Amino acid sequence: MYEDLLQAMRASIVDGDQDAAAEAARAGLEAGMDPLVAIDEGYVAGLSHVGSCFSTGEMYLPDMMLAARAMKAALAVLEPAMAERSAVRSIRGRVVIGTVKGDIHEIGKNLVGTMLSASGFEVHDLGVDVPVETFVAKAREVGADIVGVSALLTTTMTGQRAVVQALSDAGMRPGVKVIVGGAPVTRAWAEEIGADGYSEDAVGAVALATRLMDAAVEPAKS
Amino acid sequence: MAIPIDPIASPKIGFEVLTPDEVRRIHEATLEVVETVGVRFPSERALEVWAAHGASVDRETHVVKAPRELVMGALAHAPASYVLGARDPSQDLPLDGKHVYAATDGCGIEIFDIDTGELRRSCLRDVADIARIADALDEVGFIWTPLSAQDMPPESRSLHELSAEWRNTTKHVQTETVVTVPEARAAVEMATIVAGSEEARRARPPLSIMQCTTSPLGHDGGSLDASMIAAEAGIPTGFMTMASCAFSGPATLAGTLVVGNAEVITGLALLELVAPGAPVFYAAAQTAMDLRSGAYTGGGPEDFLFGAATNALADFYRVPLSMGSFATGAKLPDWQAGVENSLSTFMASVVTSDMLLGIGLLNGSRIWSYTQMMLDAEIYSIVRKTLRGIDVSDEALALDAIREVGPNGDFLALKHTRAHMRELWQSRYMDRRMYGIWEKAEDRAPDWALARARDILRTHVPDPLDPAVSAELDRVVAGVERDAGTAAGPLLAPAAG
Repeated sequence: MYEDLLQAMRASIVDGDQDAAAEAARAGLEAGMDPLVAIDEGYVAGLSHVGSCFSTGEMYLPDMMLAARAMKAALAVLEPAMAERSAVRSIRGRVVIGTVKGDIHEIGKNLVGTMLSASGFEVHDLGVDVPVETFVAKAREVGADIVGVSALLTTTMTGQRAVVQALSDAGMRPGVKVIVGGAPVTRAWAEEIGADGYSEDAVGAVALATRLMDAAVEPAKS
Repeated sequence: MAIPIDPIASPKIGFEVLTPDEVRRIHEATLEVVETVGVRFPSERALEVWAAHGASVDRETHVVKAPRELVMGALAHAPASYVLGARDPSQDLPLDGKHVYAATDGCGIEIFDIDTGELRRSCLRDVADIARIADALDEVGFIWTPLSAQDMPPESRSLHELSAEWRNTTKHVQTETVVTVPEARAAVEMATIVAGSEEARRARPPLSIMQCTTSPLGHDGGSLDASMIAAEAGIPTGFMTMASCAFSGPATLAGTLVVGNAEVITGLALLELVAPGAPVFYAAAQTAMDLRSGAYTGGGPEDFLFGAATNALADFYRVPLSMGSFATGAKLPDWQAGVENSLSTFMASVVTSDMLLGIGLLNGSRIWSYTQMMLDAEIYSIVRKTLRGIDVSDEALALDAIREVGPNGDFLALKHTRAHMRELWQSRYMDRRMYGIWEKAEDRAPDWALARARDILRTHVPDPLDPAVSAELDRVVAGVERDAGTAAGPLLAPAAG
């Protein structure tokens, strides 16, 4: 059932074609498809294909970003229909991300946000120059599992420590995990400030977030 | 005694990476971008300046769209050549389009400790040690703040770095970490103290400042404000684009050149609007993104082409160029570092880029290695020798020597040989030992490099900074710290190094 439509949905993601993705979503709804089926068996299947091609070196980061953008276009069409049916898409976790106070660099942070979204995380992006309190308030508001803090400068990376500290002071640690990234960030720094992890690139950030969510579900596992 | 700098001068070999028509195409595309897409200037003062000169300014987005006449009219005020002053006047560097000066790289965050080899966070002491070693190398023309002094307070860190450099070298100092108004004011004051007077500071500025753009098509507010203060004081100031193909620039090289060019020439035009005639320079370190990780690669054929092409652009605008070379992504002083740093440095040098940044960092300008510092200096010496080309004078044609030896002889015991043999390049760190010796030996060439760095650090004493001058520098830095302590917080966003 709907195999042609599902195939078009998968292809739109693999091709990174946002117009085709939105069009297939509209066609699916008109044909009476369950939006959750469209997502899981159509679009997410396409994303998985892109992900496996990426891991084998057949596809590159821009392929992933185009796929993520197409996915977003499809979700924009499907979400109102999901709301009507009170259907809720399962998510892998809620992540609040932003660039620390005093720092306006966002390209790397945006890349991580897009990759996390595409990988099934609900991402709340606070933008750049974000005060410590805003990280804490947003994490509380949305019930974040993970807070991602970006800094590109040695002079602003101390803000990452402040976010870890503020979440502790608010009694939200260790439930809320903190991950850090940015050019000057090293493993030693992440350990020193008590963050739960760091990654040097966006793909690694998704793996890290996934690992943290899995660990939270199965705390006994070492 | 200052150790004389031996720069690449008037390369005999040259080539054209872009034809004049191709340069013009990049230039025209750039002006179209500047006029119709615009460049972001998130600084109140910069926006005021642009608006006052008739550019279209969006106060919400901070995007400036400037007509070509305005940009080109402003750039016409930029001096085509000027001097970078040194504490020791014999080490002044004329930026005259005929020389290529190498600097230390910057601004890293970690270092392989010179004694233990352990990878650790950088501190002020490292900045001082690197400046001291660089002071002794004839391949190094000036010191670029190599590492972040992370043990110093953020608001005065860049100034501590400058003090450490001036105390440990008599060469010119350039920094990329002065990114706020208070730091810029203090840096100008410190440059005046080192120069001796405001007049001397303007004639032979002992400091120059580079600011990073925010690719694509953006600037950083703090950097802009700092750059305008520096330009007004006659401190040579440049903007560096690090646009990266497929990431912060288009996937194509020409497109990335356009994006970076738009950032740099609008930045320089702003400075010329603020301070007509101010010494400014073009700076660039474009690269191609790693297609898998999105990371800055710092090596590869694209970088080598950018290294040569950017000088064609800087020449077109008649301003000096500071070009990123030696920017290897290698994690150790290995074959990758050798290939990337040799080719990037050759390509940037053969077109006579005025300044090369820089020597000593690994992992995409993040980790300092003293071994790599020495190996990079050797790469520079190889390129320097190569670009001197071949002398075909009568003496070099050596007909008398050839007659003297004739068929089947040898040239070993000849006065002509003794007179010229020292013109042949001599390696410090190439392993030219016989196989049998190499096989039994435990040392390898990189060990010799590190040993020399250690030796220089132990024995080399740069001409000291006058204690009174040194105390004055401390006074300025302390003043900034005092003011920062009373301020509500940082008012301006710092920019990338």
